[in-house]
Amino acid sequence: MSGPSTYVPKSAFGKWFESRLPIVGLIHSSFVVFPNPRNLNYFWTFGGILAFMLVAQILTGVVLAMHYTPHADMAFASVEAIMRDVNYGWMIRYLHANGASMFFIAVYVHIFRGLYYGSYKAPREILWILGVIIFLLMMATAFMGYVLPWGQMSFWGATVITNLFSAIPGVGETIVTFLWGGYSVANPTLNRFFSLHYLLPFMIAGVVVLHIWALHVPGSNNPAGIEKKTEKDTLPFHPYFTVKDAFALACFLMVYVWFAFYIPNFLGHADNYIEANAAVTPSHIVPEWYFLPFYAILRAIPDKLLGVLAMFGSIAVMAILPWLDTSRVRSGRYRPVFQVFFWLFAINAVLLGWLGAKPPEGGYVIASRICTAYYFAYYIIILPLLGLFETPKALPASIADSVLGKSGSASAMPAGAAHEPSKKA
Amino acid sequence: MTTVATTHVSASAEPTRRDFLFIATAATGAVGLASAIWPFISQMGPDAVTIAAGAPVEFDLAPVAEGQIVKLFWRGKLIFVRHRTKDEIKSAQETDITSLRDPQADADRVKAGKDQWLIVYGNCTHLGCVPLGNEGAFHGWQCPCHGSVFDTSGRIRQGPAPTNLPVPPYAFTSDTSIRIG
Repeated sequence: MSGPSTYVPKSAFGKWFESRLPIVGLIHSSFVVFPNPRNLNYFWTFGGILAFMLVAQILTGVVLAMHYTPHADMAFASVEAIMRDVNYGWMIRYLHANGASMFFIAVYVHIFRGLYYGSYKAPREILWILGVIIFLLMMATAFMGYVLPWGQMSFWGATVITNLFSAIPGVGETIVTFLWGGYSVANPTLNRFFSLHYLLPFMIAGVVVLHIWALHVPGSNNPAGIEKKTEKDTLPFHPYFTVKDAFALACFLMVYVWFAFYIPNFLGHADNYIEANAAVTPSHIVPEWYFLPFYAILRAIPDKLLGVLAMFGSIAVMAILPWLDTSRVRSGRYRPVFQVFFWLFAINAVLLGWLGAKPPEGGYVIASRICTAYYFAYYIIILPLLGLFETPKALPASIADSVLGKSGSASAMPAGAAHEPSKKA
Repeated sequence: MTTVATTHVSASAEPTRRDFLFIATAATGAVGLASAIWPFISQMGPDAVTIAAGAPVEFDLAPVAEGQIVKLFWRGKLIFVRHRTKDEIKSAQETDITSLRDPQADADRVKAGKDQWLIVYGNCTHLGCVPLGNEGAFHGWQCPCHGSVFDTSGRIRQGPAPTNLPVPPYAFTSDTSIRIG
């Protein structure tokens, strides 16, 4: 994916094959000899973790689809059958359900990594926008997947989210009717959600290919936020980063299976084990945890259309972030004032998530409004102005210098430092 | 070769057969694409069975006690039938409608002479949850999802919902029964 391959097949068959389909050379140049910045920390392992989670979700999902019935009268019972009757059905379903949560944990770490180290800045704008598109597709996929068990939260979640489109002036009601395939969330809705829930992960996989392609043009950003200049700044992808990614993945998987086996319903809602009932809304309806910050933004605004616009806007604003941040320094490590606002933003995001789970009354509403205001102010006021007024710290002359704790010096690294690729300044 | 070169020269001067074929193909393709897309959009809409299920339904009001709210379905949509008490009617009628977000007199939301019967759709006009009866500051309904408060006429009083609970099409077929649809 980056420049001509240096791969030379050894066997006669390898040479014969490579001259017809140079795919081994592509893999070799992209994931074996690909030069990565040598200072990548563990936050850079989440891309690989996300790729793994996508594959895990597709595999468990394909198996679940073999036992699931997408019909309003049978869906709930078929999920119960998966839990009780299908061999290891309980395990596969719990892996899939908790896998969605783990997928979002990883993607949020990945996004905040990008926000802190300025990974969205030139020349990685397209890479970042592709990431925002993947995030949107993930949200759509997760939402439709949550509808499939046809429990109370499934049904009312589907009702609330599809009704968001009724806020569009004029054509909103018609759009909602076409989303539902009727006059309420019912069997046609469940059927099409199942179809789309199966389709979207493959669309995600397609955009992931573009995301990796766009990544491999400039290569990874790094904690120092400066471009690699010489070979001394880099290490080959294999074995240095394959091992690092694999170690991080193993640690991540331990957390994942701990959830799946020990507290499989911790992140879910008990109400979803009650079959869908169109006449009764659960007394406390909340989305899955990974949607809570956006849900809090929706509820913070006491106007239907503006609330919906704010919620979608809170994601759309991420797509134009590369042009909102005016700072010439990429990494937050060298931006002392930015760090303060960034950590406030991170705390604010968690706070919004907490508020999204609280009832929409009294002090919670006021707090939601303050947090929503800060969320948008960070993107459209603070970041544009900060780049103009902030005095950044001195940048190291090279990635190699940054690893060795030097700054402002361009001297060569001592021999042997290459054996400690993850050691940071 | 000579012929080809000549064709290229004349292309700039006047339209050629190739230009004609290009425009004709593009135009036919655009029309074909539009007509191929339409069925794929149309299939998303309510199907024949869903529409047929929208036939009018009869409902007997006699068993509904004063103060009671009964739920029923028409076209898959929830409908509240509320037998209002004297106090509830009074407070609905005495509300100053100029202060409302979606100003509507109580008399416009019930049938003349049938003030005790309020018949409204049962999904909140915000995002479609089912509001809880006899709750909220106005003792009409309160939505558990996003906190919209409706009065005893089903009108929006507080919270994010933009409009009143709509009144479905219905008529009294006798003193104690209605036909919805």
